[in-house]
Amino acid sequence: MASLSENPSPSAAALLREVAPAKLDRPVLVENDRSFSWITNKICGIIEERTPLWWWVAFCVSGFVASFCLIGLTYLVATGTGVWGLNNPANWGWAIVNFVFWIGIGHAGTLISAILCLLRQKWRTSINRAAEAMTIFAVVCAGIFPLFHVGRVWFAWWLFPIPNSNAIWPNFKSALLWDVFAVSTYGTVSALFWYVGLIPDLATVRDRAKTKLRQVCYGIFALGWRGSNRHWRNYEMAYLLLAGLSTPLVLSVHTIVSFDFAVSLIPGWHTTIFPPYFVAGAIFSGFGMVLTLMLPLRAIYRLEDLITQYHIDCMCKICLATGSMVGYAYAMEFFIAWYGANPFESFAFVNRAFGPFAWAYWIMIACNVICPQFFWFKACRRNLVLVFILSILINVGMWFERFVIAVTSLSRDFMPTSWGYYSPTVVDIFTYVGTFGVFAVLFLLFLRFLPLMAMAEIKAVTPRADPHHHGH
Amino acid sequence: MVIDLRKCTGCNACTIACIAENHLPAGVVYRPVMEEELGTYPNVSMRSTPRPCMQCETAPCVPVCPVHATWIRPDGIVDMDYDQCIGCRYCMTACPYHARTFDFGYNYTTGTPEPNQPYERVPNFEYGKRWEQRRGRSPTGNVRKCHFCSHKLDAGMLPSCVTSCIGYATYFGDANDPDSLVAELISRGNKIRLKEEMGTRPRVYYLI
Repeated sequence: MASLSENPSPSAAALLREVAPAKLDRPVLVENDRSFSWITNKICGIIEERTPLWWWVAFCVSGFVASFCLIGLTYLVATGTGVWGLNNPANWGWAIVNFVFWIGIGHAGTLISAILCLLRQKWRTSINRAAEAMTIFAVVCAGIFPLFHVGRVWFAWWLFPIPNSNAIWPNFKSALLWDVFAVSTYGTVSALFWYVGLIPDLATVRDRAKTKLRQVCYGIFALGWRGSNRHWRNYEMAYLLLAGLSTPLVLSVHTIVSFDFAVSLIPGWHTTIFPPYFVAGAIFSGFGMVLTLMLPLRAIYRLEDLITQYHIDCMCKICLATGSMVGYAYAMEFFIAWYGANPFESFAFVNRAFGPFAWAYWIMIACNVICPQFFWFKACRRNLVLVFILSILINVGMWFERFVIAVTSLSRDFMPTSWGYYSPTVVDIFTYVGTFGVFAVLFLLFLRFLPLMAMAEIKAVTPRADPHHHGH
Repeated sequence: MVIDLRKCTGCNACTIACIAENHLPAGVVYRPVMEEELGTYPNVSMRSTPRPCMQCETAPCVPVCPVHATWIRPDGIVDMDYDQCIGCRYCMTACPYHARTFDFGYNYTTGTPEPNQPYERVPNFEYGKRWEQRRGRSPTGNVRKCHFCSHKLDAGMLPSCVTSCIGYATYFGDANDPDSLVAELISRGNKIRLKEEMGTRPRVYYLI
């Protein structure tokens, strides 16, 4: 086609005139032809305006809920891990479930910031900042659980390769140790990426600051940004390099989390499908959480021109794609269990669907396989209330997925004499609910003190920034 | 170790002797006896299978420990260091025999009118060391397992499960010594090992 359009033969030119190919318009990423100053005022206005009442209410409620986590963990350390619902067959319970859940949530942020950046998906610009913040806060919440899950949390630092007088050196053959490095690298690189992206916007906030304190605080973190050509060149290169560094992390972190299970011999865990299945599930739940967070923010701050229907469509489609992958993985697990003819493996999957935890399995199927199918339909993607509800259900389903994997296999493995049942205690529930408070507190602070969207990047994708704007 | 299932009466004396020897707290058991019903009515029989740690040659619990708290001794016993264990329980998920249990620090008398009796705080002497049973101190918050009473073996004595067996169903010795009784027993055709297909190469044999 390229040769046809560049040097069309007479017959081809006639043909092109006749069929009149449709113009493929690029979707507008900032609607109503908003100007650069409008974008700056809109985003900076969020952090410059007087703190709204709803923010205080939300902050107090979140802080109260976060205290559940603190109380739960204090009680746990003072008493012992027996205060959780753990028992001897099901020795990994909610702590591991919640860890995998929160780590999974974080994946969308890195995918949006790194992979979509490298793939030049410009629609990411409106959501990447908040999604990256979500990633970091989710990693904070995730980190709590494996730490406090160990019986003697005060020695958890032995997991790090720190020379000590006990001559304890970590065992690099253990998947649990891979986790330590995967998650800490992920947290570090995500925070670095987030911060580098923030620098130009922090400088904008600094320059607009009306008080000395704000000027100094934002000025320190803006690292003397002046927006010179040299600054932009270095910034773009650093951003690109970090995007390149983060890209393998999107895939590696949940792959390694899945290894915690997959390298074990337990039926239902010992499967090679886990890494891709976990990564797809993580992106699925992460986008679910991005939708859960961004839809209310869009309404509260009137950001419809910046988070357009096109953005929501894209996120819904990613949920649909990854949700379908997860559904395929569920089906494939059953197939392999049958095809592999291993009676323990077959039992594990039949037990998941029809055993004592069948209720959890079917919640998982309903939320993860059926819910995203609504996103096939444009009418559903445009019904934002429905999208919001589905995004919450996706996360409910993904939590149950981790619950089903961890608990059903452990409570019913090779030795029927050791079978048991797992029920959470009040402490389990309080601690988990508390982490939502921790997450919300951090996210609300982010909303209040940092630019919610990457202003500099959004300006670059406005119709006005396009050199071909107005048909040039 | 060789356990003759034909001689095992399912009396649980070995389980109790082990608990008494190692002062195991509530919820921790090293050598349960699994009861199994064979056949269909009216032709049924019971089989009792004591299940100590299999002391596997390729123990799946060893490489998964993130802090090197468990290892295989030169004599083949899967050993562990309570002081080094952080209690992540990864070895428990790795063991296909459920041979490892977690010490949650439960007491037998919890919930009774007089909880925390002095006898529940009596120290044990596993691995040749004195271990106080107190909250926050090893082995509370650790994973625990059968070690063939290694502290007794090191003193030239037999494990408590062997000496307490009323049916003389449990034999103990050096399988590498061709003149030993266990070497003779495991050379017979009626021996099995649990879940050999897992590739764990257990050192506990059952005679059926």
